[in-house]
Amino acid sequence: MGLSELEPGAAGSPVVSAVSPNFMTTSLDFLANWARTGSLWPMPFGTACCAIEFMATAASRYDISRFGMERMSFSPRQADVLICAGRLPFKLAPVIRRVWDQMPQPKWSISMGACASSGGIFDNYAMVQGIDTIIPVDVYVPGCPPRPEGLLYGVMLLMKKIRGESFTDDLLRQEQTIGANGLYLPPDRIDELSEPFGNSVSQTRST
Amino acid sequence: MTAPPSPSVAALRKEFGDAIGRHVVSCGDTVVYVSRERVHDVLRWLKETPGQGYTYLTDITAVDYRDPECPLEVVWQLRALDRPADLRVKVALPAGQPLEVPTVWDLWRGANWLEREVFDMFGVLFIGHPDLRRILMWETYAEGHPLRKSFPLRGHFSRSEQTRQALAGNPEAHYSLEELSIAEEYKNLPPDVRERLKQGKRGFVE
Ligand code: SF4
Repeated sequence: MGLSELEPGAAGSPVVSAVSPNFMTTSLDFLANWARTGSLWPMPFGTACCAIEFMATAASRYDISRFGMERMSFSPRQADVLICAGRLPFKLAPVIRRVWDQMPQPKWSISMGACASSGGIFDNYAMVQGIDTIIPVDVYVPGCPPRPEGLLYGVMLLMKKIRGESFTDDLLRQEQTIGANGLYLPPDRIDELSEPFGNSVSQTRST
Repeated sequence: MTAPPSPSVAALRKEFGDAIGRHVVSCGDTVVYVSRERVHDVLRWLKETPGQGYTYLTDITAVDYRDPECPLEVVWQLRALDRPADLRVKVALPAGQPLEVPTVWDLWRGANWLEREVFDMFGVLFIGHPDLRRILMWETYAEGHPLRKSFPLRGHFSRSEQTRQALAGNPEAHYSLEELSIAEEYKNLPPDVRERLKQGKRGFVE
């Protein structure tokens, strides 16, 4: 949408081009989503080795600010997207839940790495088996750790997801919790999500 | 050929007699078993006697050997900084007896958190410890002591129950405000540091 040129008219007087610089028409959804995708402020929740790769993503070589993530928001109240980079022990579960609750809508979250997404190699007593048992997750980035390109691809997927959102869909921003502690999934769903897999199925669990 | 045991072992036998059990040399390190009743005296003696001088407490930990008669051993790893020399002191805790040993917090202040960790992970009680509560797991953790061999890898409870209990934990309850504040330590600082702090100078040394 550049400035339209002044063209000399037949009589030599300038006429304004048919494309006006002063207004354009679009849908509200498009405009809002365009603005949101262009300035996603990340709330880094770096707990382990993945956070190192996250720092690399933020540093000059990969430069996450190219995607409008210029400012790392270390206050959840000024953040749009929670990036959980690293494994989450149960002791930190109430912390990430509170950080998530403090973020204002609209908000999204990216689960970076195998540990955040599924517990990874840590199928033990201390580790949350995927942060999606604690907070809702929009994009899972696989890898141990994911390369910066992987995280950037995840960010771009999130942007794609945001472009598809609509004001009229009020389900998007709804969150119900079960009970007072901020549990948002029913218990059987959490057990299902935390089922052992891979090597850990042959390890014992006494109840 | 194994290395000879540390000369401290002979000195300990002379001083404490029957309270000193067997000793072994493992990978060049001397390990000496001590009776639970005398362990505090032994450690104090090792720390304070001239010629011994094990002034540095490297670590306190415990080991679960899955042994039916004597499942747990508590370990004190000592170091004499002037020589330097190491000595490992162990107390075996037989089955059927309370898991209790005396604290060494009065000898080494650094034992505070080490003993809390052993209590958290193994359930060993340190008698006389000023503040024996969990340190790695949160305070309301109810599944037991995770580093015991009898503790299942994924814990006792189902994942949903673990999640529910973890979310019910109050992160602010782990530390008291006093614990996080250094205000009361002010009087213990060296006088020159106090003086600089009083003048509002921070972060550099003249
Ligand atoms: S996924 Fe791999 S790199 Fe990332 S936190 Fe887990 S172990 Fe570390």
